[in-house]
Amino acid sequence: MNLLPLMWAGLFRRRTRTVLTLFSIIVAFLLFGLLRSIANAFAGGIDVAGVDRLIVQPKYSVIDPLPISHLNVIRTVAGVASATHADWFGGFYQERRNFFPKYPVRPDEWFQAYPEYQIDPAQLRAFETTRTGVVAPAELAVRFGWSIGDKIPIEADIYPQRDGNRLWEFDLVGTYEGRASGLTPTEFLMNYDYFDEARQFGQGEVGWFVVRVEDPAKAAEVASAIDAQFANSSNETRTATEAEFQRQFANQIGDIGLMMGGILAAVFFTIVLLTGNTMAQAFRERIPELAVLKTLGFSDARVALLVLGEAVLLCVVGGALGLGIMALLANGVAQAIKDIVPEFELIWQTVAAGLLIAAVMGVLVGAVPATTARRLRIVDALRER
Amino acid sequence: MAAIVTVAKVSKNYTRGKQTVEVLHDLDLSIEAGDFVALMGPSGSGKTTLLNLIGGLDQPTAGSIEVAGRKLETLGGRELAKWRAQHIGFVFQFYNLLPVLSAQRNVELPLLLTKLNGAQRKKNAATALAIVGLEDRASHKPGELSGGQQQRVAIARALVADPTLLVCDEPTGDLDRDTADEILDLLALLNREHGKTVIMVTHDPKAADHARHVLHLDKGQLVAEART
Repeated sequence: MNLLPLMWAGLFRRRTRTVLTLFSIIVAFLLFGLLRSIANAFAGGIDVAGVDRLIVQPKYSVIDPLPISHLNVIRTVAGVASATHADWFGGFYQERRNFFPKYPVRPDEWFQAYPEYQIDPAQLRAFETTRTGVVAPAELAVRFGWSIGDKIPIEADIYPQRDGNRLWEFDLVGTYEGRASGLTPTEFLMNYDYFDEARQFGQGEVGWFVVRVEDPAKAAEVASAIDAQFANSSNETRTATEAEFQRQFANQIGDIGLMMGGILAAVFFTIVLLTGNTMAQAFRERIPELAVLKTLGFSDARVALLVLGEAVLLCVVGGALGLGIMALLANGVAQAIKDIVPEFELIWQTVAAGLLIAAVMGVLVGAVPATTARRLRIVDALRER
Repeated sequence: MAAIVTVAKVSKNYTRGKQTVEVLHDLDLSIEAGDFVALMGPSGSGKTTLLNLIGGLDQPTAGSIEVAGRKLETLGGRELAKWRAQHIGFVFQFYNLLPVLSAQRNVELPLLLTKLNGAQRKKNAATALAIVGLEDRASHKPGELSGGQQQRVAIARALVADPTLLVCDEPTGDLDRDTADEILDLLALLNREHGKTVIMVTHDPKAADHARHVLHLDKGQLVAEART
């Protein structure tokens, strides 16, 4: 027996009330799609982090520098295949909202440490040999309309030049991209030697080291051995896998997952109360109608299923519409926040999880009215008319 | 003719707080197939309670009720629901139509419990609406119909699954005299032409005149029987 049309008709017994409830569910799931996608974007970087790479950072704070002399020591540690370094330049292009990460690096070593990124060999040579040379992710170059040979001005907010000038001018000598689809680099890379000579302070210092290990299974041992080298020195280190490093980096602005989870829990709790109230009101109004259905031969279980189905239908339709609208808006949102959350994408797992939550929410909301409907005695219920 | 309803030594008690009220007391009754019976009596005499027991909406405290060959006290909730769907058509004083559904969809409701497909359900509902003279109101919702028209839709809903018995609780109680007469004529027609057994509770002696037999209840007991 197809109860769906009956459920749908029952929902719209009080059209305005149902539409308003539906609207609140749509907004909740729109928010769910948005926040889950943001959390996924932060987690996504962690998931693709190399398993054979370690990050050596200052023990106490990521904003403390490390001496570049550590590099030679790190290279002597057993199990280290190669090592290089990077720093956080900060700064912005033209406007503060045009933010993207900018790393001073050693060109050849960087691309050896990150083989998942590819660059034209000629452009890599140009990067190595041009002091003011930079390479940009291909997507970033497209976004700002840069071409090779262009001058790229960057306003520094951490490192002024020796003469105090905050405007650095770089020459774009190449672009690079991920070897696999879905692997999109975001780092604007500049030549460390030029950066180190030209900056006003901090010469001989780096932000962190990137270490490739010979055997990923022994990464923890290698990490301990590196930290042991600098124990009790003035520049102690803390070495972790790249995934852990990215997690810590993300956690600097708070535990994204926890924050999103907290917000969503509050939203869903409110929606369950709101929808529960709507369903309870609708149920009370319909007690005689449900009794009539039982009179006509609908079993207790069928009437309970009808009531439960209405709650699930309301929540699932609201959830599907909310997620559907989010899917339509996803590209626009991704463009709008790409500087802050570069990997923003509404993935099917989020949609599936949303629909599952909607169904569970429907069951929660409909359980009490459905149970009461099941127990409803026809004679008593008809008397309420 | 064979009895379609046999009520034997039936009592029905209700508990109100600490008090137990006996609504029906040791009642015996037999109704033949094809009969049109009016149940009359003062308020609280047990008319509606008896009707609910015969319609399988409630269970007796004591005694036995056999309708269309089944002893109702032996049926569980699910079986009783299925039995009601097959054998009983209900008509209420206040129509009890679902306000969100059109007349057609209201009439189709009992057919949702059958194996008929959508097209067959629609066809049968249209036939039932034609019998009660409302084929041109099929798409109207109850709120768009008069009281008499709503009661006709309710009768079409009661008829559509071709039940053995039509059980009517004050079917004209909410209608004016002329409309009430139309509804009573319709019930009489269904009894006469379509062979439906009709049991009707009413306060109205004029309504009872349409029945073949009138039974009077008082204080939970059958006190008189008359042929009209």
